[in-house]
Formats: sequence, structure tokens, C-alpha cells
Amino acid sequence: MSMLELKDINVYYGSIHAIRDMSLSVEEGQIVSLIGANGAGKTTTLRTISGLLRSKTGSIDFMGEPITKKSAEYIVRDGISHCPEGRRVFANMSVQENLEMGAFTRKDKKEIAESLEIVYQHFPRLKERMKQMAGTLSGGEQQMLAMGRALMSKPKLLLLDEPSMGLAPILVKEIFNIIEEIHKLGTTVLLVEQNARMALAISDYSYVLETGTIYLKGEAQKLIASEEIRKAYLGG
Amino acid sequence: MMDGIFVLQFGQQLVNGISLGSIYALIALGYTMVYGIMKLINFAHGDIYMVGAYAGFFAATATDLPFIACIICAMAVTGVLGIVVERLAYKPLRHSPKIAILTTAIGVSLFLEYTTMLILSPQPRTFPQLINNTIYNWGGIVISLQQIIILVTAIVLMIVLTYVVNYTKMGKAMRAVSYDPDAAQLMGINVDKTISFTFFMGSSLAGAAGVLVGIYYNSIEPLMGIMPGMKAFIAAVLGGIGIIPGAMTGGIILGIVEAMVSGFISSTFRDAAAFAILIIILLIKPTGLLGKNEHEKV
Repeated sequence: MSMLELKDINVYYGSIHAIRDMSLSVEEGQIVSLIGANGAGKTTTLRTISGLLRSKTGSIDFMGEPITKKSAEYIVRDGISHCPEGRRVFANMSVQENLEMGAFTRKDKKEIAESLEIVYQHFPRLKERMKQMAGTLSGGEQQMLAMGRALMSKPKLLLLDEPSMGLAPILVKEIFNIIEEIHKLGTTVLLVEQNARMALAISDYSYVLETGTIYLKGEAQKLIASEEIRKAYLGG
Repeated sequence: MMDGIFVLQFGQQLVNGISLGSIYALIALGYTMVYGIMKLINFAHGDIYMVGAYAGFFAATATDLPFIACIICAMAVTGVLGIVVERLAYKPLRHSPKIAILTTAIGVSLFLEYTTMLILSPQPRTFPQLINNTIYNWGGIVISLQQIIILVTAIVLMIVLTYVVNYTKMGKAMRAVSYDPDAAQLMGINVDKTISFTFFMGSSLAGAAGVLVGIYYNSIEPLMGIMPGMKAFIAAVLGGIGIIPGAMTGGIILGIVEAMVSGFISSTFRDAAAFAILIIILLIKPTGLLGKNEHEKV
């Protein structure tokens, strides 16, 4: 049984058909990536999984349980944490408060403190800035904060939307190293990226999206080798 | 000699202004909290304050409750009324264009005013004297016990609110939802519950203000919420709408300005002064005194 299973998903924005008959699955313990151009439906897929959007058809199962009709605040409790595109940190709160918001669904103070320690280990820079307002952080730091915040719910599955967007190449490397670190500690990752090269390099399995449908899928290593992917997404 | 009288008059109007302003501040908080979380100017808010005055009136006349109990009773009634209004009138329109929900707010306002008239008659009623009208003369400046209690009550409520918003889980949820509802939902925050809670808090503060005004002016009537509602809205805009300390500051400043205008010029111009402030603030600093122009970081 897959950890996450999407079957025949169709999502609309008004009259725009954003996702067409999509089926995909994520195996526990893997890093799975969705790659593709702007507007291919990557973000929409993640927002549908986390409950911010609804599919008109089909089903979404997580750990064998249907979550298709659950709203976002309950899906977090089930163990899916979504780190959204554009970071969406709470600019009017401090770094520490942002991280505490990530643990909103949890009650045990001691366990929350442990998670906070783990997040600060992944992102030492956040610890240095824990009292600072999130709005005053640099883009890279905000990305780290958004990821740290998503980890604070202690998710089984982490949905990461464009973690490299707008970052300098050196920071992109750092962020991807941290994703691998997080994965090694036992979190399954579903990664959305425009940076196909970086995404494929750390993924076990990958889906290539085009205009709302899955155009190609396969083990990441095989996709890197394929002529088609090279031409279309890896620049030659 | 003229200077002495001037100082005395100034001091007296300052006292009057601060006590009136603290009432504006209580009402303004509800406007600002609801705006913060829903980007809605809740035009029915002044009428919720009116219902609070009536709830306090019946608590005092029917059961002979003491002041504190009347305030709590009024706060409970208006708090629940706020939740009901939001659920029935605003929630179904949450994803509609802003103008639809704004028009609905005006409808709710009229509904509350005229339903109260229908049920309780349009006649003004005399609010019972819950607090002795003891007068203290402090070097020529006259302060009544009522003014002191109004100010103390308002300050206590504002301290409680500040604590709730900054340090409790629900308060943090409120701040998160008002900043970014989607991101808040991803944290596991129930947006509906948080909005209900915001309406409860804001409306119960207005209810408390209703009782305080009843005590201060001795008289209540179904349309009493219109003008203070507008004034409190001005206070909220003056301080920076959506900003909680802004509503408190705006309320106090507006109260002082009105008292000064009444004292030194003429009470005829009092309301004009309030609206002049609104126009000036919108021209010079539309984000309000404590408002910031927010830039998104890329």
C-alpha cells in the first residue's frame, strides 16, 4: 500500500480545468518529485492534497484512510504538512512564534520543545534569529522558516512547494541538502520543483506534469537519463 | 488669570475626553479585530453596542444585579449575538465580492435597530444608576466616580484583550488567520472557529461599552448605536484599521479632540471635528497613525 494515493483527480478554478484525471502515489520513505513548467498544475496538486482545494472527482487516500473530503486543518493532524509556495510565513510574528504556530495541533509541551530543537539543528540560522520578526528575514531565511514551521507538526509526509524559488544557487544547494537530511530522519517528501535537475538528483521517483496531466513518470535516475527529459527540462 | 482658567478648562476637558475616548476605544476594537480577520467593516457593530446597553439595562432593572454582573451579562449577550450574526449573515458570503458582505452588514445594522424598536419600543429608557454619582473635586477639575469606573473598566478589558491576543493559543490563531488564512489552515487552525471567536471578543467589548454609556448618559434608545458606531469606526481608521493598539490610541485621541472642541469652541462642532479627523487622516496617512505600508519581500 502506498502512503499517499491520488486517483482520478480533477480540479477546477472556476471554468479553468487545472488538473485532469490525475493519479499518482507516494511510497513511504521516499522522496517523490513533481516537475514541470509553470502552470502545469504542480502547486494545485499539492493544495488539493493538503485540503485547500477540492477535487471534483476521484479519491485521495493517506495511510489507507480517505482524506478526500477532509478540510486542511484536519489533514495536518493526520500527518501531512504543507510548506506552501512563496513561503507564506507570518511576517508579523517572530521566528519562534512562527515555529510555534507550526505545532498548533500538538499539545505536549515537552515534545514540541524537542521538535523545536530538531528544527534549530536543521536550520542553525533560525536559532540565531529566533526573536526577530519573520518579515525582516531574507528570502532564504524565510524559506528555512517555512520549512521549519512545516516540520513542527512532526509530519509523516512533507509537501514542499518550490523551496528553491528565487534563491541564490548556493542557498538552493543548502536547502536541498537540508531536504535530504529531513528525509534521512524518516520523513517522506513530496517535492514540487521547477529546478528539475536538482529535484531529480535527490528524488527516488518523479512525475513530469504538463498542462494538468502526468506526462511522464518513472524512477528519477531513469528520467535523468532519458533523452526527452534532457531536452525539455534539463536544457540539453 | 485667563491662563489659570484656560489650564483648568483644558484639564477638565482632558478628563472628560479620556473617559469618553475609552468608550470609543472599546467599540473601535471590535471594528478593527473584525476588519483584521475578514477585511470587513462591520457596520452592524454600533448596533451590537446598542443591544449591549439594553442587555445591561434589563440585567439591572429586572434582577437588580450589581454593576460588574450587568457588564458581564451584557458582554455575554452581545458576544453570542456577534457569533450568530457572523454565522447567519456573513459566513455564507465569505467568498463573495466584498460589496455583497458590506451591504449585508448595513442590512444587519438596520435589522437590529428596527427589531429593537419593534420589540422594545422606540422610546428612550432611563438607565438605572448602577454607580453612585459621587463627584470629586481635584484642584478645580471635577471627576465623577462614574468616569473613573468607566476608565478602569475599559483599561481592564483592554489589558485582558491584549493578553488574549498575544499570549493565548486562540489569540495566536487570530493573528495567523488575519495575516494569511490559507497558511493558518495549513497549521491546523480552524478558520471558522477563529472568526467566531473574533466576533465574540469584539462584540462583547461593544456590549461592555453599551453599559458604560448607559451609566454615563443615563439614557438608552434603539438608534443610540449609529453615531458612536461611526465615531468608533473613525477611531479605528485613525489608529490604523486592523491594528489593535491603534484602535485604543485612536479612540482616546478622538475622545480628547471631541471634548476639547466642545469645551473651547462649541459642542455643535463636536461631530464635525470627528469627521474632519477622518478626512484629514485619509488624506495624509490613509494607513492610520500606527499603520505601516507593507512591502512583500521577494
